Amino acid sequence: MSISPPDDRVTVISAHYGFHREIHSTKRCPMSGLYRKKELAEITAAQEGWRDEFEDRVASAPNKGGSSTVSGKEVEPLYTPGDSPEFDYMKRLNFPGHYPYTRGVQTSMYRGRCWTMRMFAGLGSAEETNERFHYLVEHGQTGLSTAFDMPTLMGYDTDAPKARGECGKCGVAVDTLKDMEILFEGLPLDRLTTSMTINPPAAVLWAMYIAVAEKRGVPRKVLGGTIQNDMLKEFIAQKTFMCPPEPSMRLIVDTIAFGTEQVPRWNPVSISGYHIREAGSTAVQELAFTLADGIAYVEAALERGLDVDAFAPRLSFFFNAHIDFFEEIAKFRAARRMWAHIMKHRFQAKADRSLWLRFHTQTAGCSLTARQPFNNIVRTAVEALAAVLGGTQSLHTNSFDEVLAIPTEEAATVALRTQQILAEETGVANSIDPLGGAYCLERLTDEMEAEAFEYVRKIDEMGGMLQAIEKNYPQMEIAEAAYDFQQQVDKGRRVMVGVNKYAVEEDIPVDIYHADDTLEEAQIARTDQVKNDRDGVRVREGLERLGEACTGGSNVMPALIECAAAYCTLQEMCDVFREVFGTYTDPGTF
Amino acid sequence: MSSGRFSGPTPIRGPFSVTQKDMRKIRILVAKPGLDGHDRGARIVARAFRDAGFEVIYTGLHQTPEQIVNAAIQEDVDLVGLSSLAAAHRFLFQRVIDLLKEEGAEDIQVIGGGIIPEKDIDKLKAIGVKEVFLPGTSLEAIVKWVKDHVVPRGSLDA
Repeated sequence: MSISPPDDRVTVISAHYGFHREIHSTKRCPMSGLYRKKELAEITAAQEGWRDEFEDRVASAPNKGGSSTVSGKEVEPLYTPGDSPEFDYMKRLNFPGHYPYTRGVQTSMYRGRCWTMRMFAGLGSAEETNERFHYLVEHGQTGLSTAFDMPTLMGYDTDAPKARGECGKCGVAVDTLKDMEILFEGLPLDRLTTSMTINPPAAVLWAMYIAVAEKRGVPRKVLGGTIQNDMLKEFIAQKTFMCPPEPSMRLIVDTIAFGTEQVPRWNPVSISGYHIREAGSTAVQELAFTLADGIAYVEAALERGLDVDAFAPRLSFFFNAHIDFFEEIAKFRAARRMWAHIMKHRFQAKADRSLWLRFHTQTAGCSLTARQPFNNIVRTAVEALAAVLGGTQSLHTNSFDEVLAIPTEEAATVALRTQQILAEETGVANSIDPLGGAYCLERLTDEMEAEAFEYVRKIDEMGGMLQAIEKNYPQMEIAEAAYDFQQQVDKGRRVMVGVNKYAVEEDIPVDIYHADDTLEEAQIARTDQVKNDRDGVRVREGLERLGEACTGGSNVMPALIECAAAYCTLQEMCDVFREVFGTYTDPGTF
Repeated sequence: MSSGRFSGPTPIRGPFSVTQKDMRKIRILVAKPGLDGHDRGARIVARAFRDAGFEVIYTGLHQTPEQIVNAAIQEDVDLVGLSSLAAAHRFLFQRVIDLLKEEGAEDIQVIGGGIIPEKDIDKLKAIGVKEVFLPGTSLEAIVKWVKDHVVPRGSLDA
């Protein structure tokens, strides 16, 4: 099948922004839309009549419905063909697996393979997390996803003064290869894919994973998985830092280059909007800042001299699925179309896979409420449905108790079952992009795209995302949106069921997971034992080689894998980075 | 920490010579102890405090209890608001309270907020945390609590 959009008919006005502009540039082709001009004129006229009737009814309605999305965007009460007069199926949507991939990146989508159900887990000790992994795999989960504790996320060992009190509290502690070995004990690393949510020390954890696999005889070239490794969104939103932005970018490009060459099934960066949204952004901001981050990584890799079609296929994305159903589906569809456009026109990528925006989705933690927590199961189900209708490649559904503490096993199971019900009972995955063509959704998708490209343009004008971050631009845009939202909730203009409406006096009836406070001592003892048993010379030489790679500008990955295999601790490796590159501290604006 | 809390401008204490004009605003330190990076709540609350007319200092992320107590004393605040969403609240809040005591600054009140299991609230209150605000609390409620419970140093009933 050869389906390609009549792309050459379009005069692309400026290299990388704005399908919106392109829409207008095709005005000379009135037949390209779904409707003839005459038909459209009739529809538009009738719509005006309907609008008058509607306004009359609403004026006297006792209980008016809402008119804006959770991002504060006003939407119309009705959409018709008149809202997308230039709608061109082949150009704007085309078929799944065909540019601009609006309807999905793969030709067969869920008919070929269901999305990966990838539940994020990590708690307490490596043993405990390993047990949870086995439990999830036995219950039908198809990919692993690791949550690390705060010291690990920040590149500190459990015994660091700054790390006291945090061991195992919101994920698993990894100090050395020993912990990594226990974490993946008995799990087939050649068959499962593993996602690791890790940023500043991503290269280090990846090196440990490669070292564990190779110790077990699994070669790096068959390893599949993802490290998040997206520092730009850390500076913008999630705020785990180690080194300043510039050297952070250098480490990321090292991983991209190394992965491209030696670990071809690995996604070295998961360009993440999730945390941007959780920090309080709107849907448009999430989309725009994420793609702008992606642009910055591509530019940095190109500057290193990498071939765009060699690395771009392994870039993956990670989005939030918030509670506003149609806005979210529009966001996912717009994301695919925008990224394909950016890669094709801005970066001249040629390979189809370079144009694909593949993404993982997590339902919105920030939409969950501590009050009446069982309601969160419903919220999560609706958000998961949006992700599926938006064509996600993998999905984490939040547990209803996540807003209270680390999920219990029972709550995590309900969350996984939610996905299984969607996949296997509801039939929503039977047809690809089933909402495509809906007047409302197509219009929302177009608007989402145009507004996000406007942000991308602003960031380009500032000189790119690194410069924008330095100016605190995305951080303050998000802070504004978050504050607005909270005020709307407080004033009751934005309903949160069970919180500012339908609230009741209640004792929260759920069991809560408590991390074991004795864990810290046990973890410190284990790492001390490892330090005792390891070969000091190998450790010293490894760290020296790492230092040389950092200062000399050669790729840090080979030295890191050597260090990991020699049981250097996470912090020993990260301290080399800190020493060479310096550290970054939060500017603390609010 | 030898840098005494009165090394800055001497705060006005006691009823002597205090006029309405001298009454200063409530000063609050909003702080993020530990390695937790979730700062959405802390920054929103800081803005709400500022909008309510309080003087607000925000520490930024990744502060040790020592840094927080030092800042509280240097900035001569009336209240410290601690935010934690990564489950290290028991250790970190305790440490802040202990250090304030060690420095003879226990008159600085401490409140907390974030993802804190209900059953920890009593424990935190027992060690001296005055109030704990959970997700879903309105900004208005937090501001009201401060107005009801915190009297800026230098005013008549301080």
